[in-house]
Amino acid sequence: MKKFLKTFKQSLAAAALVIIAMAGILTKAKAQADDKTILGAGSSFINPLYSKIFADYNQKTGIQVNYQSIGSGGGILQLTNKTIDFGASDGPLNDEQTTKIGVPVLHIPQASGAVVITYNLPGNNNLINLTPDIIADIFLGNIKTWNDPRIISINKGVDIPAFPILVAHRSDGSGTTNIFTNYLSKVSPDWKTKVGSGGAVNWPAGLGGKGSEGVSGLVKQTPGAIGYVELIYALQNKLDYAKIKNKKGKFIVPSIASVTSAGNVKLPDDSKIFITDTDAPDGYPISGFTWALIYKEQNYNGRSMDRATKLMKLMWWNIHEGQQFAEPLNYSPLSKEALKVAEKILKSATYNGKSIL
Amino acid sequence: MDDIKIVRKGKNSNGQIRAESLFKRSLVVIGAAMVILVFGILLTLIIESIPSIKSLGLKYLWGKTWDPVNNVYGAAPFLLGTVLTSFLALIISIPFSFAIAVYLGEYNPKGWLSNFLKNTVELIAAVPSVIYGFWGLLVLVPLVRSMELKLGILPYGIGIFTASLILAIMIIPYAASLGREMIRLVPSPLKEAAYSLGATRYEVLKNVILPYTKSGLFAGILLSLGRALGETMAVTMVIGNTSLIPTNIFAPGNTMASVIANEFTEADHAVYLSALIELGLVLFLVTVVINMIGKRIIKRFTNE
Repeated sequence: MKKFLKTFKQSLAAAALVIIAMAGILTKAKAQADDKTILGAGSSFINPLYSKIFADYNQKTGIQVNYQSIGSGGGILQLTNKTIDFGASDGPLNDEQTTKIGVPVLHIPQASGAVVITYNLPGNNNLINLTPDIIADIFLGNIKTWNDPRIISINKGVDIPAFPILVAHRSDGSGTTNIFTNYLSKVSPDWKTKVGSGGAVNWPAGLGGKGSEGVSGLVKQTPGAIGYVELIYALQNKLDYAKIKNKKGKFIVPSIASVTSAGNVKLPDDSKIFITDTDAPDGYPISGFTWALIYKEQNYNGRSMDRATKLMKLMWWNIHEGQQFAEPLNYSPLSKEALKVAEKILKSATYNGKSIL
Repeated sequence: MDDIKIVRKGKNSNGQIRAESLFKRSLVVIGAAMVILVFGILLTLIIESIPSIKSLGLKYLWGKTWDPVNNVYGAAPFLLGTVLTSFLALIISIPFSFAIAVYLGEYNPKGWLSNFLKNTVELIAAVPSVIYGFWGLLVLVPLVRSMELKLGILPYGIGIFTASLILAIMIIPYAASLGREMIRLVPSPLKEAAYSLGATRYEVLKNVILPYTKSGLFAGILLSLGRALGETMAVTMVIGNTSLIPTNIFAPGNTMASVIANEFTEADHAVYLSALIELGLVLFLVTVVINMIGKRIIKRFTNE
């Protein structure tokens, strides 16, 4: 009995310790980070690039950037709740998010990404050509076999088998889907009215795979399958992808260079634009920016001028020195036009109404 | 009780009594915490679902479209998908779990073979579900696809049927272990009496063991159904994730749990998020209802 009581007391003490420790962690998470740490959260797409940039930044300046890759939606939510210094998102704030956040938020382009059409056509070693209307009709379920006359006519000399087409799409909400459906809505009125664009949509045809690996898994396994994944994922996993006809009528191979040039067009002052279906003659048409999000007025929640300045310096670093890390990691660096706009946007940030940079 | 206390009255008795009552009180507190937790979860689900309930009403339950772009949400395809995969899995798993339970409980209760079989079956329950998902995608899907090719159905390979197969494997240990325990608890005088009357082994099984254990066997099946209803990861990987109403058991579909797991992180409208939470609420209620029905049935069987 005595022994039992002893163990019981010990376990009570242990439980109390655990609770205290948990409370400690919670309060720590709530408290503002110290002066040498900047907090960010959001897009998982940009996480590998950010890890590299921030590690280098830490070495050079001693400032630690704590970035949580929780998805664009989560990043926006945390920024809205003012628990982080900057968010990161693959799409600009939508109307509802803008209303909820209430004050102006700056969108700073960080890099470009692209969505490629990947497929599984056994015995075919050439890159196939696709046009916007064919892509839309395939994903709408209107074109059902690969030997459709419309596909054959733009792929002369390519041996296209008579497989039925199986469409694979993302089942989870994602920035990739957002860019892809935005593109389809721009090039196909039919798509725009029937499906529309967003991070998750009501797919008229096909199967859903979870994540890029889910989609590419479906495509790899099923002869005749077609799907869409990020360019980076396709490059790293050596997937087949299609050349796509852009607005100027050229068939463009998706590559780091062609995605960067897609962003080399006249951009609006706030950069809040999908650069899909770009006007650039050498630009790959299914490209998009990924943005960092910060409050325009940096004096909120009792933040110090010092903290605001540190954040602005980091943002400046991201779009200048940080860009050198993009290409080795298969990201497309910002184009000249995009960099110009990004600088301008950063300079518009204020502390107590006065510009910081 | 009092007598014992008097007898044991000694040096430490006061401290001991205090410790005893402290122990009892902490048991009550910890037990109550669980009850509060369950009702807290239910309450959270209800509160967070209010925006969705307000904007969609009861139509949510039988609506057939799930369209986040236009903020139209109908849970019917997922409700159907969940019920279909779970019950199909149950039907597939019952012969296996029953056979294992009878063999380990009655025919071969001791020895290395019995132990080996028992441990292996229990291992099935311990394997993380994402591993079943991988295995399903890499091994089961091509098998089902080649079967579908022979049957002349659209050879997706993934779909309701494949998901049910995976689920069936995952839930076998629950019904099997409980069934085995139940069968071993049958008093041997009962069995011996039957044997002495000239009953064969099969007759003993049919006329003595089964009637004696049916509530336990049923409870095991119910336990595995609960597991099948909520399983997420393995199902997501092989079910095809489409929000269309499945037309046959080979068609792709989706379940409530896997929709939540898929779409929760990037749900960017208030109503969208709320609709997903309402899906969680519906899943919660479905599980509770099935559990209650099961309890009823067990009660009726045991009262006979």
